[in-house]
Amino acid sequence: MRKGGAAYAIAALLAAAVIPAAAAPSAHAARAYTIILNKMKFGAPPPDLHVGDTVLWVNRDLFRHSATARARGFDLDLPPGKTARLVLKTPGMIAFFCKFHPGMTGQLKVAR
Amino acid sequence: MLNRIALLGAAGLLAVSGVAPSQAAPAINDAQIAHIAYTAGTIDVAAGRQALAKSHNKAVRAFAEEMVRDHDAVNVKALALVKKLGVTPQDNPTSQGLSKQAAAELTTLSRLSGAAFDRAYVKNEVAYHRTVNGALKTTLIPNAQNGELKSLLQTGLTLFTEHQKHAEHLAAALH
Repeated sequence: MRKGGAAYAIAALLAAAVIPAAAAPSAHAARAYTIILNKMKFGAPPPDLHVGDTVLWVNRDLFRHSATARARGFDLDLPPGKTARLVLKTPGMIAFFCKFHPGMTGQLKVAR
Repeated sequence: MLNRIALLGAAGLLAVSGVAPSQAAPAINDAQIAHIAYTAGTIDVAAGRQALAKSHNKAVRAFAEEMVRDHDAVNVKALALVKKLGVTPQDNPTSQGLSKQAAAELTTLSRLSGAAFDRAYVKNEVAYHRTVNGALKTTLIPNAQNGELKSLLQTGLTLFTEHQKHAEHLAAALH
């Protein structure tokens, strides 16, 4: 019994050591956020973005816009009334703009 | 040409009623402002369509497509707004002057082709947006009485300022 008990104890320890590590990504369960475009502006970017989150870009403006990364990464076409989806794959500061109206700019801050 | 438009856009707007903007009574009413704004948009759509018919330059064509798309969108919204407000856009000397000058410019540009057309079209777009933006800032927006019309004009100013920058960059690239 004592031997079996020790085995259970070791198994429990291993489980304790492994499960949190395996579950770490779910500490920031993927969420969806929205950035609304209107009146020639991007709405404020969500402040707590993480890799795996989704950003929905909703164009409520009269005009066709884009959400385009300054570095390569994404270039989303946003006709009036349309929504585009972006899943964040890399951490860091991601500057973006509208390629049709370059004065429209913003930045995503993405944590791991 | 450019100076003439500038005069029409700024001083000409005030000449509509002869009232200075600092006085209590608006120099122009909302029906006239709506007409001027719509006319200005229509002019740039026509210029863009002419460019799309004549130009083979990729950057110029992309710019012209943007002008047609954006100005059309503003005008569709403007029409919907005046309908909602029950306002009938009122023709006025400024709209007439803008239309007359624009017709002359279309004729001038129609005689050009290739790089000469591209340069002339974009040069005129720079000047035209500068003039319209000046008129929006100094006359149309300050005198607009209806909040929705004022808001649409302000969005228009932001949009046309982008167009002006785009045209300026394009003009520099074509020289």
